[in-house]
Amino acid sequence: MTELKRLPTLPGVHLRNEIAKISHRLIELNHDRRLDKNVWDKVELARHPERPYTLDYIHHMFPGFIELRGDRCFADDPAIIGGLAAYMGRTIMVIGHQKGRDLAARARRNFGMPRPEGYRKAQRLMNLANKFGIPVLTLIDTAGAYPGVAAEERGQAAAISQSLLCMARLDVPTVAVIIGEGGSGGALALALADRVIMLENAIYSVISPESCAAILWKDAEEAHLAAQTLRLTSANLSELGAVDAVLPEPRGGAHRDHAAAASIIKQALEENLRELEAMHPQARKRQRLEKFRQMGVWSEGGLTLF
Amino acid sequence: MAQKVSVDISRRNGDTGFRGAESCPACKQLLSTEELEANYKVCPHCNYHFRIGAAERVAQLADRGTWNEIAASLRSADPLRFFDLRPYPDRIEEAEYDTGLPEAMIAGTCRIHKMDTVLAVMDFGFMGGSMGSVVGEKFWRAVDAAIETRYPLVVVCASGGARMQEGIISLLQMAKTTCAVEMLGEAAVPFVSVLTDPTTGGVMASFATLADVVIAEPGSLLCFSGPRVIEQTIKEKLPADFGRAEKNLDHGQIDMIVSRPELKDRLVQVLGMLEGGVACAIGPLWEEEKSSPGRRGALAEAIDRIKALANPSRRSPKK
Repeated sequence: MTELKRLPTLPGVHLRNEIAKISHRLIELNHDRRLDKNVWDKVELARHPERPYTLDYIHHMFPGFIELRGDRCFADDPAIIGGLAAYMGRTIMVIGHQKGRDLAARARRNFGMPRPEGYRKAQRLMNLANKFGIPVLTLIDTAGAYPGVAAEERGQAAAISQSLLCMARLDVPTVAVIIGEGGSGGALALALADRVIMLENAIYSVISPESCAAILWKDAEEAHLAAQTLRLTSANLSELGAVDAVLPEPRGGAHRDHAAAASIIKQALEENLRELEAMHPQARKRQRLEKFRQMGVWSEGGLTLF
Repeated sequence: MAQKVSVDISRRNGDTGFRGAESCPACKQLLSTEELEANYKVCPHCNYHFRIGAAERVAQLADRGTWNEIAASLRSADPLRFFDLRPYPDRIEEAEYDTGLPEAMIAGTCRIHKMDTVLAVMDFGFMGGSMGSVVGEKFWRAVDAAIETRYPLVVVCASGGARMQEGIISLLQMAKTTCAVEMLGEAAVPFVSVLTDPTTGGVMASFATLADVVIAEPGSLLCFSGPRVIEQTIKEKLPADFGRAEKNLDHGQIDMIVSRPELKDRLVQVLGMLEGGVACAIGPLWEEEKSSPGRRGALAEAIDRIKALANPSRRSPKK
């Protein structure tokens, strides 16, 4: 293929389309051979209705929790919950997306899809934690920020960007754990952390496989293919350097044993916090900014850089 | 110190041949290409802003001969070996071919009405102005340049959001560019973003809305979720003005709407004011500069520049 591309062409003769056709066919062949059923299983596991949600983890991980509500501007968004948790004889700020377990709760929590108020509440709580030197733990589990007219009018984009900036700015240690669905900007808004950890069966993606398929394949039915192509499983993301660590789940998945899943996260939190708290706040912030600076793959002057 | 300011659209000069005509999509008036280009690709009848590419934008904003591109040799890699109906490298190649640009953003240093500036401009024609690794890295380098030189940063945005073909890495460019904005903020270097049609998704939800002053072009679509996504979610047709700059202004999401022919002047005005604040903040220097007429502060210079811009030949189009 590469040789074909390098063939000198006469003016007016274009091999480009031919090359594209051949390479596409090659990829299709490769792809057919490698269609991986496990990827879609992970997508379904990440969205499993019995999977532990933020409140379940809080219940299992911390002996005490005081929920703090409201963004002090407009409303309280139940799709994001946050508050002070008792943790190893001290305090930690826990903020996370919350999906509902039953129909009524799902409706109330908007299926875990936050509005701008959710992100503004999160910022308020993070700033509060920063003031008193309280570390921040975020638990990420959302299909994405809510796409609605009112949410747009109240500045969904700015709420997310300011949440990102707020996390970039914090002096306290921050740990983000992707516990289920890490859906696009709505997930990332809580994930600009010193340590980004992912559960084995969680997914984290720039776009849902369904939307990706609808846009690129013009067919939502191709979601399985899109899921594989997007490389959204924990193994893929770890390989790409997008997450710092992957945590194993209890046998069969986190939904089988909430308490065991919680204790796995608790242990990881402890280890990471110990490392992070040993650092000077300014050094920790530098390291955080530098870490995200490294994100990207490009070539410069013909050299591919990771 | 009145300055002679030459309006700079390099493409216009020396080009006298017949260039065809275009009809305005808004008011259906037939416009000659010359007429359109003389008015910065804005319909003189209804103020409709045609979309323009990054190169044309730079030509409109930068003083002639001052553009100095940075990070020009950055090219997208294909970290996921992504293919949908076509392989990702193919799409890039096609976009390069169509736009003549290496990526969806170009960045450089230039002077805007003689004011040194770092300017980054996005091009919607290049894969929908989508943000992948190269856009993120170019933004970072533009910020680096702004911090090093202490020139203000101006970013002209036009983007459909993150570039799906780079998967999670494109999402993380939102985090990366935000970290860059934080560094710029620490250094107290002014940052102005200009949102043009359309700016949506991941770009809107990162650096575009984090600028010190957010300017928008009239009629541009500015939102996080696009109208089609929302229509599918709520199963209703949205009004035509959904997410438009004017709505955003009403809802407090942007600072101002500026027509393209006034953009260059307004940018200098805003940047001069922001830098003037720095001059005031360091008190004694400001006093010293005030007393020596040869070396005055950025604010005074900006005011001079604004005064010098009074040019009767450049009418603003009817609103």
